[in-house]
Amino acid sequence: MKRHLISAADLSRADALLILDTAEELASLADRPIKKLPTLRGRTVVNLFYEDSTRTRISFEAAAKRLSADVINFSAKGSSVGKGESLKDTALTLEAMGADAVVIRHGASGAAHRLAGWVQGSVLNAGDGTHEHPTQALLDAFTIRRRLASGARGAGLDGLRVTIVGDVLHSRVARSNVLLLSTLGAEVTLAAPPTLLPHAVGSWPCAVSYDLDSELPKSDVVMMLRVQQERMTAAYFPSVREYSRRYGLDAARMARLPEHAIVMHPGPMNRGVEIAAEVADSVRSTIVEQVANGVTTRMAVLYLLLGGTEFPATEFPAVTR
Amino acid sequence: MCAATNPVAGRDGLAVLDAEEIRRALTRIAHEILERTHGGDEVILLGIPTRGVPLARRLAARIGEFEGLKVPCGSLDVTMHRDDLRLHPARALGRTDLPPGGVDGKTVVLVDDVLYSGRTVRAALDALNDLGRPQAVQLAVLVDRGHRELPIRADYVGKNLPTSQREVVHVLLAEVDAQDSVTISDDGSQP
Repeated sequence: MKRHLISAADLSRADALLILDTAEELASLADRPIKKLPTLRGRTVVNLFYEDSTRTRISFEAAAKRLSADVINFSAKGSSVGKGESLKDTALTLEAMGADAVVIRHGASGAAHRLAGWVQGSVLNAGDGTHEHPTQALLDAFTIRRRLASGARGAGLDGLRVTIVGDVLHSRVARSNVLLLSTLGAEVTLAAPPTLLPHAVGSWPCAVSYDLDSELPKSDVVMMLRVQQERMTAAYFPSVREYSRRYGLDAARMARLPEHAIVMHPGPMNRGVEIAAEVADSVRSTIVEQVANGVTTRMAVLYLLLGGTEFPATEFPAVTR
Repeated sequence: MCAATNPVAGRDGLAVLDAEEIRRALTRIAHEILERTHGGDEVILLGIPTRGVPLARRLAARIGEFEGLKVPCGSLDVTMHRDDLRLHPARALGRTDLPPGGVDGKTVVLVDDVLYSGRTVRAALDALNDLGRPQAVQLAVLVDRGHRELPIRADYVGKNLPTSQREVVHVLLAEVDAQDSVTISDDGSQP
């Protein structure tokens, strides 16, 4: 394991499987009377959130607390960021307070990478702009493995076909998932209108299609992405209604999926836009399961990054202050 | 390593128990468990991964043969409760598998291959504490090699083996290693 988790591309297949196997063992904790382990006692985890988030922040907080770490929550609203404090100065403040890990969500792509050069603790990327969200990809992989690949230790996702649908351009979830799922052996296809695909998509380890309907019958997993209207600065499609007609997952489209296929969504959902309510609430939908698996997976990541030896000082990246 | 340089040795690679002796030791322990727990009614066996788990299964099978009693058998991973986590890189977790019915009110027999410092057993007691409240906890080990660092002793011992701290005891079990044997070496090399 590396010292930070910035990108899903940093994870080798062995690293990813170690995280999934660890998560598998931690999953039974949720059924126990005492949902707590003493492993990270005395360690401090800071949740540094510059963007709004419900599930990711709560999920990281629950994960850290179940491992007995101390958790400090920071949200940009109501902090000195409002007075103009820079990310670096905030980071150095956290450093001085002795943070062993910083979980960062930031609107700028690359913020987590920058932060990793300023602090000595581990940095966990909880979403940076339109770049990456590696723990989401890990929990998605964990969910897929449990549902479709028996969940056995050491098993990858070899041969499973995953179709990621919708606003790939603005989605950090899509990028992390493409990288991680292909590392684990899945065949990933992106289905989206051309305007919502990044320019460099040709270099990604996945196939691309503009036609969702032709992809559905051969998909084991359909992952719907939220249409990120808050990041859209131009007109990417004529109307929400037209988008929904062509790329939204409704009951009729769901019926074209193979019997065993599952429907995923990283949340938050726009019901009626990319996913119909009846699909979101169907038995094929793993949306609630993904949230529960998120806590387990993040516990595994925190344990593997913080649970062992502290990294020796020589491994620190060059710090420029 | 040359035996002459090691004052305690001369037994590098020595086989301490062979397959037959391991079988006899487990048979005796199974009888002792039945005796000490008055028939083994409320007993559950929890193996500590890796090699405690097959040992617990073998004991459960023996008890089944002798008394026609189905003793619940599971595994208890102690990794997250160890006191030496920060001395090593984070390690992979083993499996915790409790028999249905849990541990509340039961006599839990922890099963491990080697008892050494006692720290693994302390971690197991802590782990067990989070899972419920057993009526009693006992400890069965295949080999007790001494050098305790905590006030812990085993209730059932396959073989007491006086050792030097420099020596390493290797327990091999068919379920994990394709053969049954206990050997001792001076430098940690596998037999």
